[in-house]
Amino acid sequence: MLRLTLTFMALLVGLVAATQTQVAGRIVNARKKPLAGVNITIKDSYDGATTDSLGNFSFSTTATGSQVVQAEMTGYKLFQQSYMLNGQPLKLEILMKEAVDEMTAVVITAGSFEASDKKKTTVLSSLDVVTTASGNGDVTGALKTLPGAQQVGESEGLFVRGGTAAETKTFIDGTVVNNFFFSSTPGIATRGRFSPFIFKGTVFSTGGYSALYGQAMSSALILESIDLPDQTSGSINASVIGVGGGYQHLDKNKRYSFGGSYNYTDLRLAFALIKQRQEYEDVPVFHTADANFRIKTSKTGMLKYYGQFGTNKLKFYTNSIDTLGYLDGFGIANTNYYHNLSYRESFGRWKMNLGASYTYNKDNVEGGLYAMDKQQVQVDPLFFKNFKQRNIGNYFNAKWVMERKIKGLSAVRGGLEYNHNNDDIRYTAFDGQVFNFLVKDRITSAFAEADIYVTNNIAAKLGGRYEHSTLLNKSNIAPRLSLAYKINKESQASLAYGVFYQNPERQYFPSFVDLNFTKATHYIAQYQRVTSLTTFRTELFYKKYDQLIKTAVQNFQPIATGNTGFGDAKGIEVFWRDKKTVKNLDYWISYSYLHTQRDYLNFPEAIQPSFAATHTASLVLKRFVTKWKTQFNAAYNYASGRPYYYILPEQTGFKFVDRGQTKAYNNLSLSVNYLPNIGNSKSKVFAVYVLSVSNVLGFDQVFNYQYSYNGFRKEAIRPPSRTFVFIGAFLSFGIDRSQEAINSNL
Amino acid sequence: MKKGLVFLAAIFFVVKVNAQSDKYVKAMEAKIAEMNKASTSAAWQDVGNAFQRIGEAEKTQWLPFYYAAVSNVMIGLMLNNGQMGGGNTTQIDQIADKAEDMLNKAEAMEKDNADIYCVKKMISSLRMMADPMTRFQTYGPKGAEALAKAKALDPNNPRIYMLEGQDKFYTPEQFGGSKTEAKALFETSIKKFDDAKPKSSIAPNWGRNQVEYFLSQIK
Repeated sequence: MLRLTLTFMALLVGLVAATQTQVAGRIVNARKKPLAGVNITIKDSYDGATTDSLGNFSFSTTATGSQVVQAEMTGYKLFQQSYMLNGQPLKLEILMKEAVDEMTAVVITAGSFEASDKKKTTVLSSLDVVTTASGNGDVTGALKTLPGAQQVGESEGLFVRGGTAAETKTFIDGTVVNNFFFSSTPGIATRGRFSPFIFKGTVFSTGGYSALYGQAMSSALILESIDLPDQTSGSINASVIGVGGGYQHLDKNKRYSFGGSYNYTDLRLAFALIKQRQEYEDVPVFHTADANFRIKTSKTGMLKYYGQFGTNKLKFYTNSIDTLGYLDGFGIANTNYYHNLSYRESFGRWKMNLGASYTYNKDNVEGGLYAMDKQQVQVDPLFFKNFKQRNIGNYFNAKWVMERKIKGLSAVRGGLEYNHNNDDIRYTAFDGQVFNFLVKDRITSAFAEADIYVTNNIAAKLGGRYEHSTLLNKSNIAPRLSLAYKINKESQASLAYGVFYQNPERQYFPSFVDLNFTKATHYIAQYQRVTSLTTFRTELFYKKYDQLIKTAVQNFQPIATGNTGFGDAKGIEVFWRDKKTVKNLDYWISYSYLHTQRDYLNFPEAIQPSFAATHTASLVLKRFVTKWKTQFNAAYNYASGRPYYYILPEQTGFKFVDRGQTKAYNNLSLSVNYLPNIGNSKSKVFAVYVLSVSNVLGFDQVFNYQYSYNGFRKEAIRPPSRTFVFIGAFLSFGIDRSQEAINSNL
Repeated sequence: MKKGLVFLAAIFFVVKVNAQSDKYVKAMEAKIAEMNKASTSAAWQDVGNAFQRIGEAEKTQWLPFYYAAVSNVMIGLMLNNGQMGGGNTTQIDQIADKAEDMLNKAEAMEKDNADIYCVKKMISSLRMMADPMTRFQTYGPKGAEALAKAKALDPNNPRIYMLEGQDKFYTPEQFGGSKTEAKALFETSIKKFDDAKPKSSIAPNWGRNQVEYFLSQIK
């Protein structure tokens, strides 16, 4: 018995001692570069090692027989292979393949600038959107410091690569926004209606964008609203231009949130202190209220609502350019409702996005000639200057997108979009004659797109979009294609091509002639190099315009005569951002060269349009001084002179009465934000004080010229005041939102 | 004879089981000793990988994954150079994702453990430090929440006070940091280390060296 036991024990010990296998080797990637830090192991055993800086490893194991050797490292596909272990040293040369994942894969970036905090291709962070000194706390303000956008100051909107503001469309959570800016006012750029704080991501595409978006010949501004807030909080603000307050409630279990805010803007104080070129009868007063709710419907589902109500009114006079001793008057009253409901959910490999928005917009516009005592008068032959116009717009948009992941990052997506536009216009002429127009357009679109990742380094996006407009009674099919190639860890090159259709602007309807879509074709080549603290990118583009609208004049109003206009734009753009070279200083420089000509509307021939400057450049600086708890921001914007002209009809067609070029545009803006409570977690109130000054050096800025009706006299269009000073205080309760508040630094 | 064999088999079985759990404890003890000496990124990588191997072989033990998570956080902190905004966001996120992955595996087996919440706090800090200007609003409160939960679960855990102390130590005074407050917290932590009675030789008991290092820096 004892002997037997001993034999057994001996056998056991023998077994354990006998088989020690030495495993050694080297691990490399597809480019034969050694991989350091790989975790190599015999599966389900403790035995293993970590590769050194030369990719070498060595360990011994007691496992025997057929065993799985496993190598693992972030960013690479798991390596697993069986080997026989029998005490003979095992020498391995392992090749690990890069995993196709979002962290390392090439990204299709041609034509687009992204501002968000999550993705790696972003050029700006979401804070930058609001801390840019010349941005005036407006969503589009910071974007104007990026290459591709013009420094147009006499009207609102983004003028991109030789395109008009109407060629840029804005999308919130997938659906188009019909009145993104406050209603136009002659000679003054109005602000956007939406606070930058409701967005977590911004994509500014200056061309070549995805088939998911349409009805924009030049540019798409794609905004994504925030999901659940970080915490329940309240806020109030007071400044030289108004007061406001808001509250956001977050459910304890973080399942849902709701909130709202109200802002009252009154420019009386500011206009009393800073002289305006316009003489106001009704100084602009705005009421804006918004409300939202967000519900996490499941682990991956999210239902969001954002609604806004706004009303504003203004009326002003300027000396009439047409006749001395008289005033030109302009008044507008606006009411606007905006509702956006969106829902997203994932089902296995499927992802769904649903969005719907509804806008009601009413403008009451009044223009006329006034005597010095502000009584409206009719002066021959300037009768046409007296008019009233009431526009009521009802817009409904819906979009449905389905996406399916195929393999790795590759995916296909497709969907439908529906835009329902009703414009009801009532125009009252000087003699009391009333004209009613009702313009209805239903645009139905279908789109499909595939993201194909050939490897981690080569990707293509192939797409197409179909649109049908009931107003034009025509359809179009627009192909889109982008390619991206990753040259090395930091650099990549991209190409993009696409055709973009857009309906003619609604002012040309109803039309006496059949109109067609206007059309642009984009060709873009891009190179970019991004390190953790620097970004360099340059783009070369060519854009061809076809089927642009040409006009004639009837009853002092332009009317469309057909789609015989054309044009093109080409140029080169450079962007450089650097947080490295100067300690604590973050700056970016952008430069755009643009050569564009077009023959559209009443142009006698193809010319450079008045909204396009040949050279545009911006320098933006940001520095936070910890000792003073203060952030300093500066921005310098430059644009070479833009052409101006006055065109009048002649027997056949049109002729230039006068033309010229404005002087170059220069602007230096500064802003200072003081945050006394920053980082103090004990403080219940967080305050931010803001001072910002535009055109600090007092440059004489001329945007364009306006002419008397006969073209005999002209007058420069300048900003409403030479400089503007903003002082404000933002207080929030609950969470430290000082960062957020700096950003409203107007 | 037959009885003898059964008896032997029984002994063999017991020995084997004991041996294995003994093997586990021994391996863990050795790696924890290595971890306490680790001072380079490569050393942390090495020991972190080893913990992961043990965890994946054992399958039912949470501690190896817990230590693997701690090791990965350390690799990330070394990349940041202990500086705010010092690192590459993409790289830091990759490491933080790995740490989170390990920690989730540990948490699946061990719920409501103060030490797991401490590592959650460490991961939040790691992500925040990669880009504090844009991230502190998200990861600041998230980290604070994890630490509060840890305190509620075990107010005597010395690592809670170590982490609180580090926050006070690294934050500039203008932003509410304070070396005096940090010192008090580190001293509390040392006291808690003195009183700590780890459940086993491989239960979390690390951090004392770090706290002593910070205290030597304050003086």
